[in-house]
Amino acid sequence: MLEFLLELLKLFVSFFKIGLFTFGGGYAMIPLITQEVLANGWVGSTDVLIDFIAISESTPGPFAINIATFVGFEQAGVIGAIVTTLGVVMPSFIIILIIAMAFHKFQTNKYVQGFLAGIRPVVPGIIFSVAIVFILRGLFNIEDYQYRDFKLEIGALVIFAIAFAVSKLKRRVHPIIIVLISGLLGIIIYGVL
Amino acid sequence: MLTLFVTFFKIGLFTFGGGYSMIPLIHFYAVDKYHWITEDEFIDIIAIAESTPGPIAINSATYVGYKVLKVKGSAAATLGVVLPSMIIITIISAFLMQFKENIWVEYAFMGIRVGVAVLILNAAFRIFKKVKKNLMAWILLVFGFVTVYFDFIPIVFVILIGGVVGIIYAVLSKEGEVEKDA
Repeated sequence: MLEFLLELLKLFVSFFKIGLFTFGGGYAMIPLITQEVLANGWVGSTDVLIDFIAISESTPGPFAINIATFVGFEQAGVIGAIVTTLGVVMPSFIIILIIAMAFHKFQTNKYVQGFLAGIRPVVPGIIFSVAIVFILRGLFNIEDYQYRDFKLEIGALVIFAIAFAVSKLKRRVHPIIIVLISGLLGIIIYGVL
Repeated sequence: MLTLFVTFFKIGLFTFGGGYSMIPLIHFYAVDKYHWITEDEFIDIIAIAESTPGPIAINSATYVGYKVLKVKGSAAATLGVVLPSMIIITIISAFLMQFKENIWVEYAFMGIRVGVAVLILNAAFRIFKKVKKNLMAWILLVFGFVTVYFDFIPIVFVILIGGVVGIIYAVLSKEGEVEKDA
């Protein structure tokens, strides 16, 4: 029982941290989630985490809540899902309440502006690094810097090229379309061919 | 209060693909339909939601809720926007294990994992495009990439260091201008 409560506390703290340090929407959350979840061994493997990310992008609702619910449920059932969601929501809730109540001028504050100007370029850098990790892993079989394991995955390369091309057809292609197309290609390439 | 809850429940239920796709719906309900907030307040809310940590959906729900009914309203709106996700994902989680034993589903997911890499790569480009590019931005971008790729520093600290550098840069460049004027 105590162990279970401790586990819940760890989940809460982790997702509180994720909520607190995510600037700029759902995708900005992926690197921190990957780090926290894999370090704590909360999902079976990187593959499972990527599957969760895919489903979270293609179901309604905020990505952050979807992925938090996934990891919490996987780890500790419905109570776990509630705890992780509460964790990821809490920092926003508190900060916005404070701003709404008292701190109207916060945006024009010089230090706040400077802080945000510093964070903004760091965020895409971090996301790029996760994208590269996932690409190396999926397309070239390189994981944990084991560059000797390099092996070109032709099927994955084809899926990547087509999915990427489709994502550039319009200014903003919905993630669910990319998920559906790559899923279909997966079935054709790995299943049929 | 019930209207707040139900409205944000609908917003949570009918938006696919994260916070930004939620913005038009929030505008429709909160500004046009129920007049909870004015157009100017709406623009403020979006700006604040983007410049504070956390999901944009939660930030804007909390803010709109507060404008209508103070803390109670915040709680109702946030709960509303969160609940559909929680219910849907819990149901999917419960069935996912069974689905995954199907080999065709596994093939689909093998493809989807590659698709996710495309999504994340595009997100990085999209966010990068919005950044005002100067020397500091480029250095911080490379700093973020390298430290996280090679796992030198936990991400939380990488973000904090970026923020501190930003503050120092803002203070210094301000002083630089003063010197030029003098």
